[in-house]
Amino acid sequence: MANLPNTPKLDELTKGPWPSFVSEIKRAAERSDMCKDLLGLLERSYNEKIGHWKHGGIVGVMGYGGGVIGRYTDLPEEFPNISHFHTLRINQPAGWFYTSEALRTLADIWEKHGSGLTNMHGSTGDIIFLGTRTEELEPTFADLTAAGFDLGGSGSDMRTPSACCGKARCEWACYDTMKACYDTTMRYQDELHRPMFPYKWKFKFAGCPNDCVASIARADISVIGTWRDDIKIDQAEVKNYADAGLDIFDDVVLNCPGKCMKWDGNTLEIDNDYCRHCMHCINVMPKALAPGDKRGATVLIGAKAPIIEGALLSSVVIPFIDIDEEYEEFCDIIERMQDIWSEEGKNRERVGEFIQRVGMGNFFEAAEIDLIPEMVTHPRENPYIFFEDYYEEGDEEEEEE
Amino acid sequence: MADDKPKRVTDIGPPHYEKFLPPVIKDNYGKWKYHEILKPGVMVHYGHSGDKLFTVRAASPRLMSIDKMRDFADLADKYCDGYLRFTSRNNVEFLLTDESKIDPLIEDLKALNHPVGGLGNSISNIVHTQGWVHCHSAATDASGIVKAVMDEMYEYFSEMKLPAKIRIALACCLNMCGAVHCSDIAILGIHRRPPRIDHNTLERLCEIPLVTSSCPTAAIRPTTTPEGKKSVEVIEEQCMFCANCYTVCPSMPLNDPLNDGVSIWVGGKVSNARTAPMFSKLAIPFIPNNPPRWPEVTDAIKNIVEVWAANARKYERIGEWINRITYPKFFEMTGIEFQKEHIDDFKFAGLTYHRTAQLVR
Ligand code: SF4
Ligand code: SF4
Ligand code: SF4
Ligand code: SF4
Repeated sequence: MANLPNTPKLDELTKGPWPSFVSEIKRAAERSDMCKDLLGLLERSYNEKIGHWKHGGIVGVMGYGGGVIGRYTDLPEEFPNISHFHTLRINQPAGWFYTSEALRTLADIWEKHGSGLTNMHGSTGDIIFLGTRTEELEPTFADLTAAGFDLGGSGSDMRTPSACCGKARCEWACYDTMKACYDTTMRYQDELHRPMFPYKWKFKFAGCPNDCVASIARADISVIGTWRDDIKIDQAEVKNYADAGLDIFDDVVLNCPGKCMKWDGNTLEIDNDYCRHCMHCINVMPKALAPGDKRGATVLIGAKAPIIEGALLSSVVIPFIDIDEEYEEFCDIIERMQDIWSEEGKNRERVGEFIQRVGMGNFFEAAEIDLIPEMVTHPRENPYIFFEDYYEEGDEEEEEE
Repeated sequence: MADDKPKRVTDIGPPHYEKFLPPVIKDNYGKWKYHEILKPGVMVHYGHSGDKLFTVRAASPRLMSIDKMRDFADLADKYCDGYLRFTSRNNVEFLLTDESKIDPLIEDLKALNHPVGGLGNSISNIVHTQGWVHCHSAATDASGIVKAVMDEMYEYFSEMKLPAKIRIALACCLNMCGAVHCSDIAILGIHRRPPRIDHNTLERLCEIPLVTSSCPTAAIRPTTTPEGKKSVEVIEEQCMFCANCYTVCPSMPLNDPLNDGVSIWVGGKVSNARTAPMFSKLAIPFIPNNPPRWPEVTDAIKNIVEVWAANARKYERIGEWINRITYPKFFEMTGIEFQKEHIDDFKFAGLTYHRTAQLVR
């Protein structure tokens, strides 16, 4: 049994029904001096109510600008084993599916080269290896690539794309999210490993409007599955739900944002021309209703957290595209938008902020994207219109000539 | 020496996902018909083929040792031919085809202290960031609060007795690595003291134009210290403690034990079901850090969840409930005090003023 530091505060967090991260660190500390020091440092933070990490440094593996976050404690004398405690981001398999063999491979690599602590997974979706020294970065990378894994993104590059499990395990997936995610990751390997943008750029692929990967809040490009033909209805199954006690009027019809459903106690009618593809009715009655067969995705742009100019949700660029079939066209549109931002965006300006600054009309026009009413909640309310042309006297006559 | 190194492999990307899919998924890929939740944490997907795929979802602390990874691998071998996955909210899911193995798996998971749940109308795992475990910017810890809150809210994870889903998220500073700003409940670490400027190192470590332009409120000006050092100064009344300056300049830390703490936000969602996605709104501007268990934070969250659960209609997420009952009622029912900090004063603040005479009594 390793000699662990005395951590009365942290020990409180080994109690209770929820799995304890402190127990995890303690377990790793049986073999890792890094984790022992981490326990000591964290206990100190719990006593002092302040973190003890320095601002990151620039470390990485050769030829990559991203994928490693440098981290050093500000108390290296007391906690020498975490004087370096760098993080590696490793690109997760799409949909976060693994075999036991893959997990063991990752565990073995990390036992050899680092603290033995991980995040499964980080916020962007990567596998996170938490804590190693600078000189271990290259050897870890060599073992990872030998096992078929590669690093993810960090800094002002394309971040690791992520996807919901989609067609692998969800009847609502309106396109192949995992394929789109994998293809996008592979197509943009250079952009992912070598920061060349004004700031980060994230893709997230959700198979339906339930958006299990929070793409609309978190991704510069949010791809959300949807459909364009009628919702499929199995009236007998609707009746079964009603017989089983579901109040179809209160719980389904009244919640429909399109106000396009009718229920007479026997038959459910949907006026599909006014359906907003919100998923509610389908979520409530998965056995009776399903998205139609004409499936594809809505593509939105620009979500981000508050830093710097305030939080944004993504907004519509392409109302519907059959992305499985028209993937090249999708990429072409994305690249046109990305090029403009990449050229003209300011340092640390996300594309959503860039669009706010230059105006969505100007941005889409420059990217040669047709302007359509789906892009706005409503037309402008203010009359400060930047008309781009005006006539000089005599112009009209000239035109007639 | 460099000459006889083996060729370095780069840019290979992640392994192809197909390598990790169980046969039942390969056979039914894109051909699932519907699913049912059988009990807390257990669901079954039916293929058009008639095949069934069972999923057992268990809690995970996100911060995991490789030993636990190996435990999960062993369970996957024992019960599901080695196939498992993780969810976007850091739960672990075991993928089974043999229904009779579900209960033994659940028992084994319990023995490992990994309860099952988080499906349907429950509280799923809290997505969160690094906190004091690994980040320089943190105004609070992440894993500690999450553990304390989930211990307290455990019954809502392991049972399905809420009117709708709740998605809780935590970020330990405004950078929001885990974008929490569209969560039913967001726990957000905040600083409350302007950056302390280290004039001795600033010129060496930071690019002054980058620092001044980083400030959303233009509170930072270049200056020269009496000793002749190039540095910056902060107009303190203009600082709203976003720490963006610190992100670009290590000589401007905001971390401060007396003034750091957490804020609580409510009513966001990302799903498009029923209502459009929404941002979370401020419920409680500040709660001091109180490790190891942050009891004031767990009480506040429990209160909000329980008032909502007692009053919401079926399927009504917290934000949808509040939009129906209106915010004055939310403050009244939860007993949370309305303060000056609740009124927005940044860009577009006017859009949040109540611009109608429609009010509840
Ligand atoms: S986003 Fe939709 S398709 Fe993807 S897992 Fe969630 S419900 Fe299924
Ligand atoms: S998907 Fe939404 S908008 Fe369409 S019919 Fe169902 S509830 Fe109404
Ligand atoms: S939210 Fe802030 S403090 Fe927390 S991990 Fe991210 S950058 Fe660090
Ligand atoms: S914390 Fe934010 S508001 Fe305050 S000086 Fe720094 S950048 Fe400006």
